[in-house]
Amino acid sequence: MTAVAGPAAVPFSHVEECMGTVFSFRVAAPGMTRTALTDAIAWLHAIDALFSTYRSDSEISHVNTGILRLADASPEVRYVLAECDRLRDETDGYFSARLDGRLDPSGYVKGWAVQHAANLLAAAGSVNHCVNGGGDVFCAGRPEPGRGWRIGITDPHQPRHLRTTVEAAGPVAVATSGLAERGAHILDPHIGQPATDLASVTVIAPDLLTADVYATAAVAMGPQRAAAWLSSRPNVRALLIDSSAGEQFIGDWIR
Amino acid sequence: MKRLILATAGTVAGLAALLSFKTQTHPLTNAGALPSASAEASSGSTAGSGASAAGSGSDSGSAPSSSTSRNSSKTSSAPKTYIGQAVTTRYGIVQVKATVANSKITDVAFVQLTAFDGRSQQINSYAGPLLLQETISQQSARVDTISGATYTSDGYRQSLQSALDQAGLK
Repeated sequence: MTAVAGPAAVPFSHVEECMGTVFSFRVAAPGMTRTALTDAIAWLHAIDALFSTYRSDSEISHVNTGILRLADASPEVRYVLAECDRLRDETDGYFSARLDGRLDPSGYVKGWAVQHAANLLAAAGSVNHCVNGGGDVFCAGRPEPGRGWRIGITDPHQPRHLRTTVEAAGPVAVATSGLAERGAHILDPHIGQPATDLASVTVIAPDLLTADVYATAAVAMGPQRAAAWLSSRPNVRALLIDSSAGEQFIGDWIR
Repeated sequence: MKRLILATAGTVAGLAALLSFKTQTHPLTNAGALPSASAEASSGSTAGSGASAAGSGSDSGSAPSSSTSRNSSKTSSAPKTYIGQAVTTRYGIVQVKATVANSKITDVAFVQLTAFDGRSQQINSYAGPLLLQETISQQSARVDTISGATYTSDGYRQSLQSALDQAGLK
């Protein structure tokens, strides 16, 4: 992408591969400058370079190998790890960026990155946009006058099919965690074993930091604990789909 | 054509029964309650010119350029809106309207949603994101984006999101 000053023609889409997944941008009128999109994408790649556990030269890898003391790490790394610790407490330990003495804040970083990228577009003047990072979504405003963003939620038992669809005006975040794409990769930190009773958890919240971490923690909790815990959270709606395709709606969905 | 309308009405009534189990709607604006049941509940009545809120691309303002393809085809018929029968469920009265273009349902919205248990008030005072509606949809053509378990770059290429992005990038 070339950095061109001036407003970008709207609506437009942009797709960017980063963090081992794909980020999809949709921007509707009034839009903002192309430079703002370029800046947001550059920021995503910079965050990947700091936090990737797949890169031996990332700050996270350097902290894990002892080359870098956490106290000497960049402000972003220290901020994210402090946030992870706060969320670990809030989720009764079911969300954790520390496992077996190693740091892995990946479960926080992607949702944070999507939310911050969207915030950068907003700071540049955009009011109607949607950023999707690997299936975690934050939308601001509306795609066009008269309707909200229509957000499909995939069926974990049929990943090319939608289980349901939500229409919402932003700000709205929708995050889904589960086993459909990458198998049983979410550990229950309390027992150190993969959690497999929930095929997927989708959380709808005002911001994606909350939605993403809550969805991941809920999968680790399993159906009963997740339903009780999510019910206790303010401003949260959730859809739990278990391994036998049963579903449970949490929060104010009319049924 | 008449057969199509009746078939669609039947589908709408069927949808109403399905939707009543988990649906949510808000007025698009803060102009008070949903349009109440002023429309009579006759099945298959054609309501106006398809000028539903979720509309047919007839916004007069700065219309997105990408929406032109929807209206350009000579063979396609204009979208029409059908209102289904009001259905009494154990949760309340539900009535939906469907917008149909080229024999396919392209949008579903509520004209009436009366909860018996007072949950409407709770929902109206809800402080979280404004959910306009939630529908069971097998048709992915009318969504803007998709939430699902995190895909890898390879998984993305086979995903519904990839199909949406390709459509949007044209």
